[in-house]
Amino acid sequence: MLRTNFERGLQQLRDQILSLGSQVGDNIVTSIEVLFARDVNGAQHLIAGDIDVNQRRIKIMNDALTLIATQQPMAGDMRLIASSIEISGELERINDYVKGIARISLMIGPEPIPDVLDGLSQMAEKTKDMLRRALDAASRGDADLARAIPAEDDEVDALFNEIYRNLVAFVTENPSKIEMSNHLEWAVHNLERAADRVTNICEWVVYMNTGEYIEMDSELEAPPPQG
Amino acid sequence: MTETTLSANGQYAVETREMSIYYGDFRAVKNINLKINPRQITALIGPSGCGKSTVLRAFNRMNDLVPTSWLEGEVFFHGKNLYDDDVDPVEVRRRVGMVFQKPNPFPKSIYENVAWGAKINGYKGDMDTLVEQSLRQAAIWDEVKDKLDQSGYSLSGGQQQRLCIARAIAIKPEIILMDEPASALDPISTLRIEELIQDLKKNYTIIIVTHNMQQAARASDYTAFFNMDEDRAGYLVEYGVTKDLFTNPKNELTEQYITGRFG
Repeated sequence: MLRTNFERGLQQLRDQILSLGSQVGDNIVTSIEVLFARDVNGAQHLIAGDIDVNQRRIKIMNDALTLIATQQPMAGDMRLIASSIEISGELERINDYVKGIARISLMIGPEPIPDVLDGLSQMAEKTKDMLRRALDAASRGDADLARAIPAEDDEVDALFNEIYRNLVAFVTENPSKIEMSNHLEWAVHNLERAADRVTNICEWVVYMNTGEYIEMDSELEAPPPQG
Repeated sequence: MTETTLSANGQYAVETREMSIYYGDFRAVKNINLKINPRQITALIGPSGCGKSTVLRAFNRMNDLVPTSWLEGEVFFHGKNLYDDDVDPVEVRRRVGMVFQKPNPFPKSIYENVAWGAKINGYKGDMDTLVEQSLRQAAIWDEVKDKLDQSGYSLSGGQQQRLCIARAIAIKPEIILMDEPASALDPISTLRIEELIQDLKKNYTIIIVTHNMQQAARASDYTAFFNMDEDRAGYLVEYGVTKDLFTNPKNELTEQYITGRFG
């Protein structure tokens, strides 16, 4: 087979993206578990782990640049490499949101999380699942699957709106909890933004496989909370 | 062929219609339909034996020099089929110049190399000016202006190739064909030739055959990809804007070739 080394380099790039994405997906769910469990160690572990995620992202970028510099990639290969840089950047940003949630978890101290936030776990699971399938689409070169995923972000947005309304009602009834509620609102917001970034990943998967970059998210910012 | 029959009225610099070229019984390329845009750089790429050089040489009837070769179909230049009986191949080659893979200066002075073609064609203007203009356009004037009487052979390979380009320019062609013009040159000389080609397209239509895909990607506006069919005849697989062809080719064969999976 021609270009065995190059093929190996491309496969390693794909593998690194899958592995990093899998780690970040787990971190999303863990951050919410840590938040509900008031788990200080878990939160600190997530914050410390962000350094590793950043380094893995930089390694993907360096490996991609090395392939460009040494292998003169063209067409689909070039798009795979360019998309890998972009996707690894999105994963790195998602993990920043995870880190933000862990920080919030530390900030609000030992107080229990109000029940009104129960939907957060579902939101985190949904986001992780979307991310897993987006990466699956990337590894299988399935642009159709990548195109189908962003529509599911509406579910995450609906959960976000519901939780936000619940939180507003909660703080109205418990004015003394305003600071904690404010922090929690940011945690919810972080999760919602993480799901938006999955849509970005889907856009790059479509580009990688078709050469066309299509904006799949009509709202570039988080939808204004309703309620 | 007279100036009238070659008057500028076509949309394309040159256009082939259902062109097939044979060497004896062997069909080297088949059914080529290719429209070359004026004052643009068009690269012809493809694996060895796909007929890209044969296609290139059809544009100035250089294949005529191979006794067994013959052509089916048409090659239009300013609305006139270059292969019509009343067309003079020498006039075709004056208007469609050629630069070869290996620099081939004449065993004469640098000045004579440039002036020679113009002299043969009865150039009546100021020869010194023509030589200087041609050498300037070929981006070699500064390197040779103080030694115009020295042999063309005294120059380096890259300089010799630019001298050959100056020689082609001096006859004032409309199209310059280049058959792997940089394949015998070192990387710096290669880049210099590529820069030069970019300058030349302001005044000339350039068609270049290259084995170097990066060169095609870097230096051309349009790229035509040829492949060899099972009957060993070359055919045109895909033709389009270079940046599209190298980022998102339409044809799977093109993708495989430019990503190095075959060829």
